[in-house]
Amino acid sequence: MIPAAFDYAKPSTVDEAVRALAEGGEDAKVLAGGQSLIPVLRLRLAAPTVLVDVGGVGELRGVRDDGDALVIGATTRHADLLRDPLVARHAPLLAQAAAQVGDRQVRHLGTLGGSLSHADPAGDLPGAAVALDASFEIAGPGGRRTVSAADFFVDFLTTALAPDEILVSVRVPKRPGWTTHYEKFNRVAQAWAIVGVAAAVRRENGSIAEARVALTNMGSTPLRAGAVEQSLAGSAATVDAVASAAGHAAEGADPPSDAFASADYRRHLATVLTRRAVLAAGGIA
Amino acid sequence: MTRISITVDGVRYDDDVQPRTLLVHHLRERLGKVGTVVGCDTSNCGSCTVLMGGESVKSCTVLAVQADGLEITTVEGLAGSDGELHPVQQAFHDRHALQCGFCTPGMIMSAVDLLAENPDPTDAEIREGLEGNLCRCTGYQNIVRAVRDAAATMRAGASEPAPAAPEEAPAPAPAPVEVGS
Repeated sequence: MIPAAFDYAKPSTVDEAVRALAEGGEDAKVLAGGQSLIPVLRLRLAAPTVLVDVGGVGELRGVRDDGDALVIGATTRHADLLRDPLVARHAPLLAQAAAQVGDRQVRHLGTLGGSLSHADPAGDLPGAAVALDASFEIAGPGGRRTVSAADFFVDFLTTALAPDEILVSVRVPKRPGWTTHYEKFNRVAQAWAIVGVAAAVRRENGSIAEARVALTNMGSTPLRAGAVEQSLAGSAATVDAVASAAGHAAEGADPPSDAFASADYRRHLATVLTRRAVLAAGGIA
Repeated sequence: MTRISITVDGVRYDDDVQPRTLLVHHLRERLGKVGTVVGCDTSNCGSCTVLMGGESVKSCTVLAVQADGLEITTVEGLAGSDGELHPVQQAFHDRHALQCGFCTPGMIMSAVDLLAENPDPTDAEIREGLEGNLCRCTGYQNIVRAVRDAAATMRAGASEPAPAAPEEAPAPAPAPVEVGS
């Protein structure tokens, strides 16, 4: 299977990339690692006229410490997230989620920004970004703007990015005192999540002061499990209290039914995985 | 057409390619590197795995233009110039880590990549490290044994004294080491 023909642009700056996208019009696409895009091109589910390869744009790659937050370039690869000491220290949830993406070969090419921009509801990074309250810097012809993770994911494979915009970086607030865990359920190695749960917990004096919980593949976008968070806030840090809170995980969710799992089974999984994720994040046994 | 320059198994190739050309097709059809095979053609099976810039990638899911300026190692480039097999190749041979053999080039390249990062993996780490490679004959037991053997061979090789350097000007005397005052 061979992709349909397209023109190829390889900019070296963000401005050049934005210009190339604008010149390409609505049928131009950004190519980062290509691990989601190339399979789609090969199946001819998409046939862009121009691919703008941002692999050579230095500004887009790497992790830097920006005081109260980490700023992670959009083309930072999953394999980079796994090895990066700043990520390990300030946002280990991202590394844990990235480790679950595809396989070694995919993680060597696939990028954080690519996963987020592709916005597959079964992707592991979107939920982690929502749980961490990340914000996304976007560049377009009119300049730059910032969008919160909560507003970035609009629908199935649809984000707040306009066709002539690119994701530049992801800003992840440091959360001293918080601990995190990503729990994923899938059929076999390298498979997409049937359901995943990203949890962040802040404990105080033996109780849970605050929690943030985001669900993967329980709807067309990653979802905050608001009822779980409210139930956990101020509760005892015990297995029973967490299990009780986790029982609310599927409230308000409208999960898909597909060949791998029914919607009812996904609702069940959400409660089980939320319990596991919060217990692991909070170190509660 | 886009001009690309890639080094494959130590040889540099400059070619004009269509941007839509997949790396695996470029390797096989333009450069004759047919040791790398196309298995599933859907990014799942890993049979087409090569090293790009020293790291494993599925060459059916890379555009040839993305490899511009990079070094590629295929299964054909692992053996020494005297034909001596790479320790991973030798271990696959010794352990009969293949049945039909179709997944073998990718399995070997993934194992080489894994051992470069983790020279002493547990069986569980080997299985997880090879999760991107499928053996439809389900010959995984011997594949894991072979990777374990290769790891041991490579660790033993790494701890041997380096072969004598070719004769050249004597090395400068080591700088005196200051002892803490």
